[in-house]
Amino acid sequence: MTVGARGNWDFVLPFRGGKLLGLVLVAYAVATATVLFQTVTQNRILTPAVMGFDSLYVALQTALVFFLGTRDLANVDIRLRFVLETVLMVAMSMALFHWLFLSRQRSLHLVVLAGLVFGVFFRSLSHMMQRILDPNEFIALQDMLFASFNAIDRQLLAVSTVIVLVTAWVSRRLLAKLDVLMLGRDAAINLGIDYRRVVMMLFAVIAVLVSVSTALVGPVTFFGLLVASLAYQAVGTDRHKYTLPAATLVAVIALVGGQTVIERVFGFDTALSVIIEFTGGLAFMLLLYRNLKR
Amino acid sequence: MIEIQNLTKRYDDATVVDDVSLALPESGITAIVGPNGAGKSTLLSMVARLIPSTSGRVLVDGLDVQETPGAVLAKRLAILKQNNQVGMRLTVSELVAFGRFPHSGGRPTVEDERHIDEAISYLGLDDLRNRFLDELSGGQRQRAFVAMVLAQDTKYVLLDEPLNSLDMKHAAAMMKLLRRTADDLGRSITVVIHDINFASIYADHVVAMRDGRVMLQGGAGDLMQEAVLQDIYDTVVQVREVEGHRLGLHYL
Ligand SMILES: Nc1ncnc2c1ncn2[C@@H]1O[C@H](COP(=O)(O)OP(=O)(O)OP(=O)(O)O)[C@@H](O)[C@H]1O
Ligand SMILES: [Mg+2]
Repeated sequence: MTVGARGNWDFVLPFRGGKLLGLVLVAYAVATATVLFQTVTQNRILTPAVMGFDSLYVALQTALVFFLGTRDLANVDIRLRFVLETVLMVAMSMALFHWLFLSRQRSLHLVVLAGLVFGVFFRSLSHMMQRILDPNEFIALQDMLFASFNAIDRQLLAVSTVIVLVTAWVSRRLLAKLDVLMLGRDAAINLGIDYRRVVMMLFAVIAVLVSVSTALVGPVTFFGLLVASLAYQAVGTDRHKYTLPAATLVAVIALVGGQTVIERVFGFDTALSVIIEFTGGLAFMLLLYRNLKR
Repeated sequence: MIEIQNLTKRYDDATVVDDVSLALPESGITAIVGPNGAGKSTLLSMVARLIPSTSGRVLVDGLDVQETPGAVLAKRLAILKQNNQVGMRLTVSELVAFGRFPHSGGRPTVEDERHIDEAISYLGLDDLRNRFLDELSGGQRQRAFVAMVLAQDTKYVLLDEPLNSLDMKHAAAMMKLLRRTADDLGRSITVVIHDINFASIYADHVVAMRDGRVMLQGGAGDLMQEAVLQDIYDTVVQVREVEGHRLGLHYL
C-alpha cells in the first residue's frame, strides 16, 4: 500500500486503502464462490463464472437500464441499486441452479453445456439490449459497467463489506456440513444433512458473492478456477476448514501482488485481468486435459 | 420396526417397485434376494429417503421417513449403497469418522473416537487406517465403507450388496461379522445378497423380489426350495443339504 508513494498522505491512504479493500473483497468473493460451487456440484472444473453467472449479473444490470431508463436509475442511490440487483441475481440464479442441479440428476456434461449456453445467451441478451438503447442511456450504462481492477467502484465498498461478512458467517456455520457434502448427495442425506436446504443456502451465498465481485470489478471468467485449483494443490486436504481460507489467500496474493507489480513495473499499461484470465484459461485447459486422460 | 406400506416407485411408465408392503424386524438379519433389476436397490433407497416414492410410505419406529428431520433419522437408520465413490481424497479413518457426523456434528469427542477405532478393528482395517481410499483394493474399500456405516451406530442398517468384490474368505467373514453385530449389539441388519447360500446360512428372514414385487417373505427354509428358486430366478437351481444347511447349486 505504501510502495512508491509520494505526495499527500491524506490522499494516498484512503485511495490505496480503498483499492486494497476492494481487491481483498473480490479475492474473497471469487475464491469462496468457486470452492463452494465446486463442492456442491462435486466437480473441480466448473465455476459460477465458467457457467456464465457473472454474465447473468451484467444482463440484469443492462435490463434495469433498459426497462427503467437511466433517468430513473440516476435518482436511485447506487448502493440501493446494487442491493436490488443482488436480490434479483439471487432469485434468478437460484431458479437456474435449482433447475440444473436439484430438480433431477443431470450429467456433468449436460450441465457444462447448459452453462456455456447460458453464458452466451446472457451476453448476447446484454448486447442486444445495449444496441437498442438510446445512445445517452448507453453511455450511462457503460459508465455503470465499467468496473475493473483499475477502477473499483468505491461507493460499493462499505455495503460489499457488510454483505461479504454475512456470507462469511453463513459459510462458517456450514463448514462441517460442507465436508460431508463432498461425499455426495446420498451419503450426505444418510448422515442427516438436510440436503435441499443446505444446497439452496449455498447457492444463495454463491449468487451473492458473484454479484459482489461482478459489481466491483466486472466479470472474471477463469480467476476462481485458478485460485481454487492452486489452493487444493497447496493444502493437500479437501477439508473446507483449510481449502476456503487457502483459496482466499491465493486470490489475495494474486490480485494485490499482481496489481502492485502491474502498477509499478508495467506502469498501468497491462490490465491485470488480461494476465489473470490468460493464466486461468491455461489452468482450465490443463484441468480439462487431465480429466480427459483419466 | 421398519414398516413399508404400499410402496411404489414409477419412472415414466415403468413401475420398478410395485405396491410393496413389508416389515423389517427390530433385530436380526434380513436378506433381500432377487434377480438384477428386481427393484431391491430402489426399495432400499426409498426406505432410506434417498429417493422419493411415487406412493406409499415408510415408517421407522413410527417415524415417516419423508417427514422426519434427516438428522433424527440419521441416528436410527444407516444405508450403504451399492456403488460408492467419494469425490475427495480420504484416508480410511477419515472416511469412518464421517460415520460419526450425526452424533458429533463434525467435532468428534472421545466417545466418537472410540466408535471409529472399534469399527476399524471390527472390519480388520487396523493396518490400513491411514491409507488413502484410492490406494486400496476393491474389497478393502468395501470394508472401509461398511466400517463407516457401522460407526454410525444406528439400530437399523441397510447394506446394498456388501459382499460386492469380497473374496471367499472375506465374504464369509463379512457375513459372520454382520451376524455378530446383529446378535451382540441387537441391531437390525438388512442386506441385499446375490449369493442365496449366504442368505440360507446367515439370514433370519428372507425377502425375495422380482419385477418390483415381493415374491416371498419367510425363513431361509422357505426360499431354498427348487421350485421357489426357479420361480424367482427363472433358472434351474438344485438344492442340497450340507451339514444342516440347504445350499443351492446353480453352476450346472
Ligand atoms: N433413475 C432411474 N430411471 C429409470 N429407471 C430406473 C432408474 N433407477 C433404476 N431404474 C430401473 O429400475 C429397475 C430396478 O432397479 P434396481 O437398481 O432397484 O434393481 P436391483 O434389484 O437393485 O438390481 P441389481 O441386482 O442389478 O442391483 C431396473 O430395471 C432399473 O433399470
Ligand atoms: Mg441393486
